[in-house]
Amino acid sequence: MIETAEKAGTAEAAPAATQGPAVAITGLYKWYGDFQVLSDVNLSVARGERIVICGPSGSGKSTLIRCVNALEPFQRGTIVVDGVTVTQDLKRIDEVRREVGMVFQQFNLFPHLTVLENCTLAPIHVRKMPRKEAEEVAMRYLARVRIPEQAHKYPGQLSGGQQQRVAIARALCMSPKIMMFDEPTSALDPEMVKEVLDTMVSLAEDGTTMLCVTHEMGFARQVADRVVFMDEGQIVEINSPDAFFTDPQHERTKTFLGQILG
Amino acid sequence: MSDMATTTDTVLFVRTQRAERVAPPKGPRGPLGWARAHLFSSPFNGLLTVLIVAAIAWVVPPLLDFLVFHAVWSGDDGREACLATAQNPDPGACWAFVRTWINFFVYGPYPMEERWRVNVFFALLAVGLVWMMWLDAPRRDLGAAYFFLALPAASVVLLHGLPMIGLETIDTALWGGVLVTLVVATVGIVVSLPVGVLLALGRRSEMPVVKLFSVIFIEFVRGVPLITVLFMASVMLPLFVPPAWSPDKLMRALVGIAIFSSAYMAEVVRAGLQSIPKGQYEAAAALGLGYWRTLALVILPQALKVTIPNIVNNAIALFKDTTLVFFVGIFDFLRTIEVARNDPAWATPVTSFTGYAFAAMCYFVACHFMSRYASGVERRLGAADRR
Repeated sequence: MIETAEKAGTAEAAPAATQGPAVAITGLYKWYGDFQVLSDVNLSVARGERIVICGPSGSGKSTLIRCVNALEPFQRGTIVVDGVTVTQDLKRIDEVRREVGMVFQQFNLFPHLTVLENCTLAPIHVRKMPRKEAEEVAMRYLARVRIPEQAHKYPGQLSGGQQQRVAIARALCMSPKIMMFDEPTSALDPEMVKEVLDTMVSLAEDGTTMLCVTHEMGFARQVADRVVFMDEGQIVEINSPDAFFTDPQHERTKTFLGQILG
Repeated sequence: MSDMATTTDTVLFVRTQRAERVAPPKGPRGPLGWARAHLFSSPFNGLLTVLIVAAIAWVVPPLLDFLVFHAVWSGDDGREACLATAQNPDPGACWAFVRTWINFFVYGPYPMEERWRVNVFFALLAVGLVWMMWLDAPRRDLGAAYFFLALPAASVVLLHGLPMIGLETIDTALWGGVLVTLVVATVGIVVSLPVGVLLALGRRSEMPVVKLFSVIFIEFVRGVPLITVLFMASVMLPLFVPPAWSPDKLMRALVGIAIFSSAYMAEVVRAGLQSIPKGQYEAAAALGLGYWRTLALVILPQALKVTIPNIVNNAIALFKDTTLVFFVGIFDFLRTIEVARNDPAWATPVTSFTGYAFAAMCYFVACHFMSRYASGVERRLGAADRR
């Protein structure tokens, strides 16, 4: 960590890793060809802060968090993750990705590996952790998401909710500084949403820095420190969850909430 | 069910009793039922069954007569044994001929007193194949090193010779038979897999130069018949390269075969790569696995698994295509049979048939073994994605 801070510090004069925000996004713009998907996005996530990003589909919320770990390139603006500036430099990108856990809508587990192997793959090959230690860590996190008994099954043998919990455990095994969730419950059967949300709530309660794109307003209300509302590639409103749901400021927020809360 | 009937006119329904589990209705049972359902389910199906059975009855008995019942199994003194006699007016396959020539089929003109070297090579190759193909074998990493590094080096020393350690040099012009067929097929298959994977990755690369090179290479080689590649390698290369530098004839054919099969393998692997969803790349990237680790640990194991049937298909095709080296003057298995069947000492009406039947059976056994192995592997790997 100190090492990354020094590297970043010399190159970009970024704030020291231990004090600065977990994620600092400034003046972010992104285009797909001529189509603008993000404009003037500014967001700073403090350490330990839980942020929920919501908004209508196509508003750029997924694109935004995918820019943070460089799954998407962006054309303008800066993103600093834990003191490391996200650039096109592959080494730098991998350095960022090691510290940012990501959970996808479609789980994206590796189907040819068992649950345990899914969890130990990156610790062993990226963190260079001895296999035995990686397996112990993995079992700890699998217990944490309450499926240690499935460790030797393949992802295809699990339900959607179980797979998504494995995906969460897999991300946690890298001991990331920030966890990002990209609509983690949108591909689940309704009966399985709760088990995943419960896992996320328990993570939040432990003080994990979280950046969640989700439509689960109950979850936002329960755990978010701030709710970010996006529309047409811009941040329209950032508010505390209480104020966001009871007293939204922007017209667009009001119509959105009117639509989804009825 | 009964409460359902009474509520047809209302929309509301609350189940009061759990519906009983019922066994499925009985279908046709027994061999007769099976035959009726599968062989004679319609007049057309019945006609097909009759026709096919008739065809089998027409072809198989004479074939068995020729290959087994009327065949001549022994006799070392040439054609006499296989000619029509009073006891055997219609002689079948002349297996005595194959028995006499079998060493030639296996080793070709390889010097008699040095043939033990070929046998050692066969043994080493068998060890390597078993080590690689047996998925639960111990130390498969060591096996791979043995198969891809130690075995090729040892084979060159053994077969070609190294006068320094007392193995006299045997010119490749003297190699022949099964030995050459195995060498050509193994080199082709073994080289084509890694090169094909690299070409397939190159074709999907975002680096334009790499991509262009891969596309041109694959499309050019695929657009040319193998026999042309072989002729180019064996006839045209010496025109451009001074004779002293020109690699030997077998080597040129090996390079030609390797290039050809790599291009085909590349397309097979590319199809496998395309079947891997983007999410797999993203999940690996998000964990901080770099490009090569993502490929080696996440993408290729899945992509190669779905391509196993096609890889084996390629291997089988290549194994049979090795017979084309015949045309550039290399003594492969088929060529040895071609030579033997023209031996006047064995000139009988059935010699050629026997030789070709023997070749066909050998090729069939090898190819069938490959295809059985592939389906075994497929079943086994398929266990991982039971859904």
